[in-house]
Amino acid sequence: MSTIAITPESALPARKHYLNIKTTLASWLLTTDHKRIAILYLISISVFFAAGGFFAGLIRLELLTPKGDLLDGDTYNKVFTLHGIIMIFFFLIPSIPAVLGNFLVPIMVGAKDLAFPKINLLSWYLYIIGGGLAVFALISGGVDTGWTFYTPYSSTYARSEVFLAVSAAFVAGFSSILTGLNFIVTIHKMRAPGLTWFRLPLFIWAHYATSLIQILGTPVVAITLLLVGLERLFHVGIFDPKLGGDPVLFQHLFWFYSHPAVYIMILPGMGVISEVITCFARKRVFGYEFIAFSSMAIAIIGFLVWGHHMFVSSQSTYAGIVFSLLTFLVAVPSAIKVFNWTATLYKGEISFEAPMMFAFGFIGLFTIGGLTGLFLGAMGTDVHFHDTYFVVSHFHYVMVGGMVMGFLCGMHFWWPKMTGRMYPQNIAIVAAVLVFIGFNFTFFPQFILGYLGMPRRYHEYAQEFQMLNVMSTAGASVLGFGYLLPVIYFTWSLFKGPAAGPNPWNAKGIEWQVQSPPPTFNFDEGRPIVVEEAYAYSTEG
Amino acid sequence: MEQQTESAILGMWLFLAQEIMFFGGLFAAYLVYRFKYPEAWAAGSEELNITLGAFNTVVLLVSSLTMAMSVHAAQTGKQKRLISFLFLTLALGLTFLVVKYFEYKAKWEHHLVPGSNFVIHSKMFPDVDQAHSQLFFVLYFFMTGMHALHMVIGAGLLIWLIVLAYKNYFTPQRFMKVELVGFYWHFVDIVWVFLFPLLYLVHRHV
Ligand code: HEM
Ligand SMILES: [Cu+2]
Repeated sequence: MSTIAITPESALPARKHYLNIKTTLASWLLTTDHKRIAILYLISISVFFAAGGFFAGLIRLELLTPKGDLLDGDTYNKVFTLHGIIMIFFFLIPSIPAVLGNFLVPIMVGAKDLAFPKINLLSWYLYIIGGGLAVFALISGGVDTGWTFYTPYSSTYARSEVFLAVSAAFVAGFSSILTGLNFIVTIHKMRAPGLTWFRLPLFIWAHYATSLIQILGTPVVAITLLLVGLERLFHVGIFDPKLGGDPVLFQHLFWFYSHPAVYIMILPGMGVISEVITCFARKRVFGYEFIAFSSMAIAIIGFLVWGHHMFVSSQSTYAGIVFSLLTFLVAVPSAIKVFNWTATLYKGEISFEAPMMFAFGFIGLFTIGGLTGLFLGAMGTDVHFHDTYFVVSHFHYVMVGGMVMGFLCGMHFWWPKMTGRMYPQNIAIVAAVLVFIGFNFTFFPQFILGYLGMPRRYHEYAQEFQMLNVMSTAGASVLGFGYLLPVIYFTWSLFKGPAAGPNPWNAKGIEWQVQSPPPTFNFDEGRPIVVEEAYAYSTEG
Repeated sequence: MEQQTESAILGMWLFLAQEIMFFGGLFAAYLVYRFKYPEAWAAGSEELNITLGAFNTVVLLVSSLTMAMSVHAAQTGKQKRLISFLFLTLALGLTFLVVKYFEYKAKWEHHLVPGSNFVIHSKMFPDVDQAHSQLFFVLYFFMTGMHALHMVIGAGLLIWLIVLAYKNYFTPQRFMKVELVGFYWHFVDIVWVFLFPLLYLVHRHV
């Protein structure tokens, strides 16, 4: 199975690298090394993922039976809200950019660090403060508005810690803005000699596009959440119709960010997949320019389609039609990417290592998620599916099936680079298969549930839906186990894994030319000079 | 070094783009309600003190000029000029904030602060909807408040520059920090240039 060249541990001379150069706690908490900050993010993001996963488990257990026997209605609302807030703001949005992006963007462009290392550390602290506020909201009573904070419920009626929760999202938002700013400046100004725009890895293009969305979208939701907080604290009317405000305005402002934000949650994953597919197909990626430009197109058109979340919120039919058309338009660049990946695989020398298995999983799940998006983007069908489990399933397919799969894919691909150690391939492949199967068992039944009319966000349901819900809960336990496995073997590999060497996958790209783990300033032998494009594999694409 | 300068300047532009979107959300809310409730808007703006607003506009525009002079002084290595222009800019910024304080205070005394005691009596629209006028004042306080907060941060940055200037930190080769604060200061001024007509002058156009 394995084609990896492994050097025995004893053959390695003790070497100073970013992990062992200093070992005090302070040297980690005050570090400005982008790689160490990436590790800080990895640890904190994993903790939040576990917390979000725990709440997901509670939701699925409650829905095992049609009666509300595990959680009462109030608690159920709080549980799914916290699940949503934690997963979206504290896992999905930062995951790939803050961990893999932080680690790899400077190395891939041949720089010693990001443009603003101190701001990078600041963003981690903002993330932690935001997370702390979210946890505080949780222990001081919870939040029951749903992650979308729809007004006037959130601003006037909810009897829960809305103010703390919106502050948490607000602070985390600035962490995301600063990361985006750092990436854009680094990519513009710090590329190594010879690294032209069209020699950049597609991972970098994806992060560039993501960062644009972060800078232009996040401030809008930040100000909106601030207004909700204000309305809630001082009872002044902005969104509450009783006080002269307009709740639909909140939805416009919220989705103006939150639709583009779904691309913050998927573009970086797409960047990972482009890297992995070419590497394990041993082929130059098919249609490099198309993939690069489709990232930018998604970032731009993504700002014009927010109204498809509001087909049933008093929007005029004409506005609905326009938003519906634009929504179809934004599906095109995503489809281009899937097409190009498939074309890259075609006649490639494919090897089925663990990262590649996760990449296949990504393509499969993302395709289903994207296609069902079209049902929702078409106004006529959305009126039927709106706020049913169909929507829940759709966005889990794209975001969990896409981003979490992409995150795992990237972690398996770059783990040897980050830690210098290999992990057991066979078990990792089992994990990939389990995640894929578990995922489909969890969420496919939910499409049918939604089609049959089961509404989202209720803790009880009609008897006839039970069968499918039981399937879904059973699938979720398989999925949970699939997510647990990597934690176990990654931890094992950290201490016992065989040494990986600089380039275990025989991949192209600057990051594979430096030592694993990389030295503190990435390039001991001076800056690299780039003479060819990122994917100079022998087979042409 | 050159790369650092360029990076910092690009970073500042991106930060300001972020700021534009931040205020953009507020302006969008403002516009929606302005077209929905033109009367309430006119009645609200009737209550604002145009003289003070206009005075403050002039103060800010002049401060933009003195800020530009500081940048020039830093570039040409004129230490004394640099320090005096930074002080002048700071003084103008503080003047703005003091005037703002008196405006807020007057609104408080006239029950125009949104909340339980809000009442508005308009000559132009005697039976204007109270809730909608209150909305005008929510946005007035929030937008000018956000702007004032940016001014306070700007004043802090100016003090920091003054301290550095006293330590002879700036040279014709090293003046980027002045330039960046200058960018920021001009941006905050521009926001006010939009706020003034949108908030103070609305009722003159009904
Ligand atoms: C590319 C990655 C995508 C992600 C990450 C994503 C994510 C999401 C999320 C999170 C929601 C639910 C929001 C809520 O809580 O109410 C949602 C709903 C929706 N999505 Fe997507 N989506 C993606 C792609 C698409 C595509 C390609 C389309 C259409 C062509 C689409 C159309 C819609 C529509 C119309 C809704 C609203 C449904 C309703 O509430 O009635 N999405 N999506
Ligand atoms: Cu959307």
